[in-house]
Amino acid sequence: MRKLWLIFFRLPVLIWRRIVCFGRISCPNSESALGITTLFWRTIPMTDAFTDLRRTPLYDLHVSLQARIVPFAGYEMPVQYPTGILKEHLHVRASAGLFDVSHMGQIVLEGGPDIRAQLEKIMPGDFQEMEPGAIRYSFLLNEQGGVIDDLMVTRPAAPDEQNMVFIVVNAGGRDEDFAIIKSRLPNVKAMMLNDRSLIALQGPQAAKVLARFCDAPDKLKFMQAGKFTISGSLCFISRSGYTGEDGFEISVPNAAVEKIARAFLGEPEVLPIGLGARDSLRLEAGLCLYGHDLETAITPVEANLVWAIGKRRRQEGGFTGAAIVQKQLSEGAKRKRVGIKPEGRALAREHTEIVDNNGVPIGTVTSGGFGPSVDGPVCMGYVETSFAKAGTPVSLIVRGKPLPAKIVSLPFVPHRYFRG
Amino acid sequence: MAQTRFTKEHEWTRLDGDVATCGISDYAQKALGDIVYVELPPVGKKVKQGEQVAVVESSKAASEVYAPIDGEIVAVNDNLAGSPGTVNEAAMGDGWFFKIKPANAEQADQLMNEANYQSYLKGLNP
Repeated sequence: MRKLWLIFFRLPVLIWRRIVCFGRISCPNSESALGITTLFWRTIPMTDAFTDLRRTPLYDLHVSLQARIVPFAGYEMPVQYPTGILKEHLHVRASAGLFDVSHMGQIVLEGGPDIRAQLEKIMPGDFQEMEPGAIRYSFLLNEQGGVIDDLMVTRPAAPDEQNMVFIVVNAGGRDEDFAIIKSRLPNVKAMMLNDRSLIALQGPQAAKVLARFCDAPDKLKFMQAGKFTISGSLCFISRSGYTGEDGFEISVPNAAVEKIARAFLGEPEVLPIGLGARDSLRLEAGLCLYGHDLETAITPVEANLVWAIGKRRRQEGGFTGAAIVQKQLSEGAKRKRVGIKPEGRALAREHTEIVDNNGVPIGTVTSGGFGPSVDGPVCMGYVETSFAKAGTPVSLIVRGKPLPAKIVSLPFVPHRYFRG
Repeated sequence: MAQTRFTKEHEWTRLDGDVATCGISDYAQKALGDIVYVELPPVGKKVKQGEQVAVVESSKAASEVYAPIDGEIVAVNDNLAGSPGTVNEAAMGDGWFFKIKPANAEQADQLMNEANYQSYLKGLNP
């Protein structure tokens, strides 16, 4: 056997005949930092790439749960537990799963009462319209309108915190994002919350489980956040996630996170879930993975994320990259992010070429793999806008042969957020 | 029935009468994780040892599968189309990939036997 590709981390064909370790992984967010791809299978001797990797406060818990650890975005993270990716994925859709997402960056910005107006200068979200405790999905853009990172912005609910916002950014972007925010908003105080971990409890039973620890499920709807106490620790809880299911992201003091994670895992509904299932869950939910479906050469208009910009912002502009975003809004973008459903069962991975009926290239797959809930292959990618309509037949070039596929609307699995 | 033989690339082959059943080893299925798709060769295809004849895809990765011996593909395991997970459940049994009519019945004897394969695996994972 020889390894051809691997998922969720960008990597071209690997030639490897000596050993079957499915574990060469390079991830987009850490690729530049590591500069090389790395073996991830734990039983294989660690390579240099494992040095200089950071560990989250839950690392020992992952090891004790027999996780397979991989380098991801500069961290040693669990890709799966003995349950396996397929069953972990299905468990989250059926019950509840606990994810360690402490590698993501948690940033607090503190300014004056106009903090959200300030933020609008560097991001295209309509932050001024936010209610206390509301969350917005937004981006940092470059001057060309390209996405430097996608992130979540929360307006605190507490009356004495109205001069602050709380931001969660991708692991791979945490240092760069922090530097960009500081340089673009020099009068705003920016703090990286290195003393906090982030865990996500996701799935249709997540609310029931969390209600045993605090009243956040009663108080929060989808995309709302607040402060709650779990086992004596002050936690920032957001009703949001990356699975398409109802669920919560919980910011916990590092010193308390293992105790709280173990308490959640002690509940009968909850299993630990690794990055592998996190990737297939978000792909079925049609959510972008930075470094794959989003990058600096892609604008929010191309990514079909105009909904995240806000009506007033689209008209007024006034954010970094606005000129190009507004131009694309009025004239249309040349390419568009779409869902692609291959016929049959063969998978099409990232970087697969998309061609039209005449074999002419029209785009590329940016995320692709097996969707356990769909029980078949699923892809996301970019195609020329004239081919972006749902139902358009296309072909995917897999191992040199055209594989018939159709453009479909996203998500592949309907979102089941709690909107009250 | 002859004993099961293994390649360094983790295919196995077992001669039964004049037909050799082939698949991937238990070690390989464990390393790959959940297997979600298997692409098999056409029946009648003439193959050479080491030639890529099948593809196995797991939730993580795609890997090529090589012919362990020279010969002709005389059967493929059609059940894998609907239940690729059979490879995870029984890699050495019901999860077989294809059957080869060997060009040379002695060729498989050059491959590793079970004991040698196990020590080969130990060498991979000290």
